Amino acid sequence: MSDTATMIDQIRVLVAKPGLDGHDRGAKIVARALRDAGMEVIYTGIRQTPDMIAEAALQEDVHVVALSVLSGAHLELFPRVVDACRERGITPDNTLFLGGGIIPDEDADSLKESGFSAIFGPGAHTGDIAEFVRAQVPALDRS
Amino acid sequence: MSSKLQDWLDGPYAKATDRFPERREAFHRSSGEPLAPIYVNGDDDPLPGEYPYTRGIQPTMYRGRLWTMRQYAGQEDAEASNHRYRFLLDQGQTGLSVAFDLPTQIGYDSDAAMAEGEVGKVGVAIDSIEDMRTLFDQIPLDRVTTSMTINATANILLSLYAAVAEEQGVGRDKIGGTVQNDILKEYVARGTYIYPPQPSMRLITDSFDYCTREVPRWNTISISGYHMREAGCTAAQEIGFTLANAIAYVEAALDKGMAFDSFGPRLSFFFACHSNFLEEIGKFRAARRLWASIAKERFGSESQRAQMLRFHTQTGGVTLTAQQPDNNVIRTTLQALAAVLGGTQSLHTNSLDEALGLPSEHAVEIALRTQQVIGYESGVADVIDPLGGSYYVEQTTDALEAEARNYIDQIDALGGAVSAIEQGYQQAEILEASSQFQREVETESEAAREGDRTAGTSGRVIVGVNRFETDEESDVEIVRVDPSVRERQIEKLERLRDSRDASAVSASLDAIQQAASTDENLVPLMLDAVKRSATLGEISDALRSVWGEYQERIVV
Repeated sequence: MSDTATMIDQIRVLVAKPGLDGHDRGAKIVARALRDAGMEVIYTGIRQTPDMIAEAALQEDVHVVALSVLSGAHLELFPRVVDACRERGITPDNTLFLGGGIIPDEDADSLKESGFSAIFGPGAHTGDIAEFVRAQVPALDRS
Repeated sequence: MSSKLQDWLDGPYAKATDRFPERREAFHRSSGEPLAPIYVNGDDDPLPGEYPYTRGIQPTMYRGRLWTMRQYAGQEDAEASNHRYRFLLDQGQTGLSVAFDLPTQIGYDSDAAMAEGEVGKVGVAIDSIEDMRTLFDQIPLDRVTTSMTINATANILLSLYAAVAEEQGVGRDKIGGTVQNDILKEYVARGTYIYPPQPSMRLITDSFDYCTREVPRWNTISISGYHMREAGCTAAQEIGFTLANAIAYVEAALDKGMAFDSFGPRLSFFFACHSNFLEEIGKFRAARRLWASIAKERFGSESQRAQMLRFHTQTGGVTLTAQQPDNNVIRTTLQALAAVLGGTQSLHTNSLDEALGLPSEHAVEIALRTQQVIGYESGVADVIDPLGGSYYVEQTTDALEAEARNYIDQIDALGGAVSAIEQGYQQAEILEASSQFQREVETESEAAREGDRTAGTSGRVIVGVNRFETDEESDVEIVRVDPSVRERQIEKLERLRDSRDASAVSASLDAIQQAASTDENLVPLMLDAVKRSATLGEISDALRSVWGEYQERIVV
C-alpha cells in the first residue's frame, strides 16, 4: 500500500439514484455490500437531481460517488452529476465515480470519458465492486 | 364418475359451454382418445369456477378461450408507440398494454426540469389529449382492451382514454381495460408515487366509485405483486404483501360507503412468474384460494365474481441475464408455462434482450411466439388445471397459502398495509430477501472461482453468470430511444398552450384544486380538464399544491 492509502482510515461512499427511476434493488444491494465490507455508506434514496447528489457528496466528503439508473437515462444523467460535482470541487481526480444499471458496453465507454472509473452491469459481483473501490481510492488526490 | 363431478359437468360446465362454445368441439390425445375437461381424484376436489377457485376461476378455462396475450410496450412518442401497437395487433396479440415514460407516471410534463433525460425512455410520453389521440389512432377502442401501467396519475390517463374513446364514438360504458392504480406497492418497491398515502388512497376510491357507476367494463385496479417480487421478495411474500394491499384498498372503499360486492368484481391482480416452476404454479393456486376466502370470510362477499382472483402475469424481468442472452428465451418459456399451468388470465412474456436495453421488434416477436407455442402446440391448455392433484403441487399450494396468510396477519398487527409501509416493514422484508438471494449467487461465484467444479452444491446457480460462463461477445442489437423526443414533446406543448382556451383550462384546474380538499369525486373534473387540453403535469401540480409530495422512507 502507498503512503496515501494509510491515511484513509475509512472509505466513505455515496450511493445515489439520479432521475425518476425507482428500481433501487441494485443500489441497495451495493450499499449494503460496501457497508458490510467495512465502508461508510450514505444512500440518498430515489429521485435525486444532479445538484442534490453533488451537494450530498460535498457534505459527506465522500471518496466514492456510485450512481445507479435502470431507465436508460444514464447518458444524460451521469455526466450531469459529474458536472454538478465539479462545480463544487469534486472531480474524478479526487473522487471515484462509479455507475451501474442497464448500460450497454458502448455507453460505458463514453461514460468513462466523462470521468467514470467503472460501470458495473447486471451480474456484477459485489465483492468485485468492493475490491475495485479499495484498489482505486488510495490513488485519489485527496490533498 | 363421482357424483360431484357429474353435477359440475351437468351444471356450471354445461351452462358455460352453452353460452360460449369451447375452442374445439373435442380435445384429443395423440391417439385420438378424447380428453375430459378436468381430471379429479375423489369427491373432495374443488372444481373450476367454484369457490375457492383453486383450480381456476372459469368452468372451461383455456378450453373456452386462451389467456389474453398482452405484451407491455411503449416508447418514445405517441406516434412510435402507435406503430408498435398496430404491429403487435397484426401479429395476433389480443390486447394492448401501454408502458408510459417516467415523467407521465410521476405527473410531469415533458418540459418539466425533473423530466430531463427521462422523456420517452421506459415508455411513451403523454402530456395531453393530443398525444393520447395519436396513441390510439386507427385502433378501435370498442374492440381492443387496454391495460395501462399507470398509478399516481391513473385517473388522468383513464380520463384521457375515455375522452379519446368518446371522440371515436365509443361510450364510457363500452370501453374495456385496466389501470394499474396500485399506489401502495409504489411506496414499497417501484417508486412512482407522487402524493402521501392518504390522498393517494382517495384517488383510488374515487376511481372505484366512478367506474362502478360510469365505466362498468373497466378494471379499476391491478393489485400488483410483480414489482415487489422484482425487488426481491419471496413467492409467499408476493402473495401476502399483495393481498394485504388489496385488503387496504377494500377497507378504504368500504369506509367510503361502497359495498364489497359492487366494486369487488372489478379488482384484478398482477403477479410475476419466476423460474421455480412448480412453486410458482402453487403460488397462483394459493393466491386464488386465499383471496376467495378473504372476500368471503373477511368481507362477507356473496358475489362469486367478487371472490374470484383474476390476474395478469409477467415473466420475471429480474431473472433475465445480460450474459448469454439467448438463454433468456428458455427462462421465459418455463415461466410462461408455469403461469399458464397456474391459470393466468393474461400474460406478458419478456424479451431476451431486456437485461441489456429496450426490446427489439424481433425479440418481442419471439416472446409472443413463445406464448403461441404454449397455447396452440403444447396441449397444456386442453385440460383444466392439469397439475391439480399432484402431491407436490397441492402441498406447495397449501404451504404458500399458510405462509402468505402469516404475512397478512403480521401486517394486520402493524395496523394494515398503509401503516406497515410507513413503518418500513415490507421494504425491510424485501431487502432481507434480496440480500439473501445475492449472497447465494455470490457464494456460488466464489465456489466457481475457487475451483469447485461441481455447480450448485453451496450457492445458487445462474447459468451463464456464475457457472457455465463463456467469453463470447453478445451480438444483441441495442435499441435506442431517439434523443429528440423531448424536444418534439416540448414543441407540441408550446403549440398546445398557445392554441387552447387558457381561461377554460385554468377554470378546470381551479375546480380540481378546490375539490382536492373536499370529498367530491375528482374523476369527472379531470375528464373535463383533459377535454379542455389541460396537461397531465398541470393537473398533477394542482393536486400537489394541496396535498404535497410523499417523502421516501429510506430502508437500507
